[in-house]
Amino acid sequence: MADLKVNIGNLELQNPVLTASGTFGYGYEFEDFLDINKLGGIIVKGTTLEPRQGNAYPRMAETAAGMLNAVGLQNKGVRVFIDEILPKIKHYQSRIIVNLAGSKVEDYTEAARILNEVNDVPAIELNVSCPNVKTGGMAFGTSCASLTEVVKAVRSVYKKHLMVKLSPNVTNIAEFAKTAEDCGADSVSVINTLMGMAIDAETRKPKLSTITGGLSGPAIKPVALRMVWQCSKAVKIPIIGLGGIMNATDAIEFMLAGATAIQVGTANFINPSVAEEIVDGINEYCDRQGVKQVSELIGAMRV
Amino acid sequence: MNKKSKALLPVLKNTKLNSTHFVLSLQLPANHPEIWPGQFVEVLVEGSPDTFLRRPISVHDVDEKNHTLDLLVKIVGAGTEKLSHLHEGDQLDIVYPLGHGFSLARQDQKVLLAGGGCGVAPMLYLARKLKEAGADCCVAIGGKTSADILTADAYSKLAQVAILTEDGSKGDKGMITAHPWFGAELKSFSKVYVCGPDPMMKAIGQLATDAGVYCEVSLENLMACGIGSCLCCTVSTHEGNVRACMEGPVFDVTKLKDWNHNPVCHG
Repeated sequence: MADLKVNIGNLELQNPVLTASGTFGYGYEFEDFLDINKLGGIIVKGTTLEPRQGNAYPRMAETAAGMLNAVGLQNKGVRVFIDEILPKIKHYQSRIIVNLAGSKVEDYTEAARILNEVNDVPAIELNVSCPNVKTGGMAFGTSCASLTEVVKAVRSVYKKHLMVKLSPNVTNIAEFAKTAEDCGADSVSVINTLMGMAIDAETRKPKLSTITGGLSGPAIKPVALRMVWQCSKAVKIPIIGLGGIMNATDAIEFMLAGATAIQVGTANFINPSVAEEIVDGINEYCDRQGVKQVSELIGAMRV
Repeated sequence: MNKKSKALLPVLKNTKLNSTHFVLSLQLPANHPEIWPGQFVEVLVEGSPDTFLRRPISVHDVDEKNHTLDLLVKIVGAGTEKLSHLHEGDQLDIVYPLGHGFSLARQDQKVLLAGGGCGVAPMLYLARKLKEAGADCCVAIGGKTSADILTADAYSKLAQVAILTEDGSKGDKGMITAHPWFGAELKSFSKVYVCGPDPMMKAIGQLATDAGVYCEVSLENLMACGIGSCLCCTVSTHEGNVRACMEGPVFDVTKLKDWNHNPVCHG
């Protein structure tokens, strides 16, 4: 039994397995399938200052080894989250992290200010990389100037752990990781979905109501792994790796590439028990490889 | 609430109905969660990156004595095509039971069940449960041709059955709504249950609403997770966007705002 504890900056996790925003609801949807207390943490659905209805149907298209989504941040707003949802999930032993999204800098700062005062939420993941909203979202995460603006603004009002989720839809992601670090981020999560699209050749129509959407699943894993590795060489703050992780071996690969913790996303849709299976699988790997502490694996790729 | 489960269920048999439809009979564990008419399961299609997501398939029938679950499947793409080759002794990875199913009826209430094409799938288990509850059931089955009329014989012990095809190749000729049950007799029913193509559900839903009869429809939306987390299967209702996999797939028709224009499912 290896020691699975990892620290992402000032935030200790009982193990490196988090669930990715938008793929695990608020956790309770999965209670029949796994023991949520066994996870390192859950990152709840993208939350905005005000409620959002999200995009029109269809919001999803299956693709080779993956899927496109265009949900568009449907959520009930940060206040409903705090008043109605958090009381149902705060008893979990795993960390609750709120993925925070917005269309204006003031939306981010106002919601961050509110979350700063909330017990039981020790961290936020700043979503500056959602490809599915008309304004804001990915626009913040694809220019270093606007990333600087939003991360600095949130940092000035949010005193707990600030994770910034980076967009892969840029030429050099390491620059964005460095920008986030310079603006005071405590960690970066790498990567959000890759922008993509799908067309039905028979009807000649796009498969998504928004035409383009975010690609996730094993199809993006090699890209994600490469980006985690590039970011890990560029910054000192911890990296949380995600993108197509389907099993413990995938998770280990992200740690070897430089991630301190990982997020399980789309895999939750295929196997609702997978997050717990990955925790167990990492433990078995460590035992098999004689690894006493899982943190030994961080950036331990042999080149 | 029903407890959900992920399980590997043995295939007992695969019965071919015609060139595009088949019924998979699965062995449930003795302690299986309670399954309600109108609920669905999410089936994993193994061994192909092109069928990455699970396929949502409605519950066709449950034999509570012998612990069997039947799924009526239409071949609409690579995933369902692969499922059509399963045979006795294979195992199927399913997540079940999912979603909010049909409401039942009280004893002596007269109810109308309408299934169009493959949409007849959830009606058999519903008719069985309604019969147990003492309701008086009428079942209308419609399709374009005789090839779309599936499992009609199974209803004979449970209900009065009417069959209609658009080309007249089986039963009466005409659209399902041409039957008197959807005309002058509609008001005599306490409830109408519909599953089929959107235009059919919409038409019957409108007739029922106009006649003041409560009507439930079962929607078939594209889904990823089936357990309420991905928000992909959204349905526009008068109370905002809700999830077909949790608040549905069965809805009171008067609650629906815009009908989704369903593209082909990820078969």
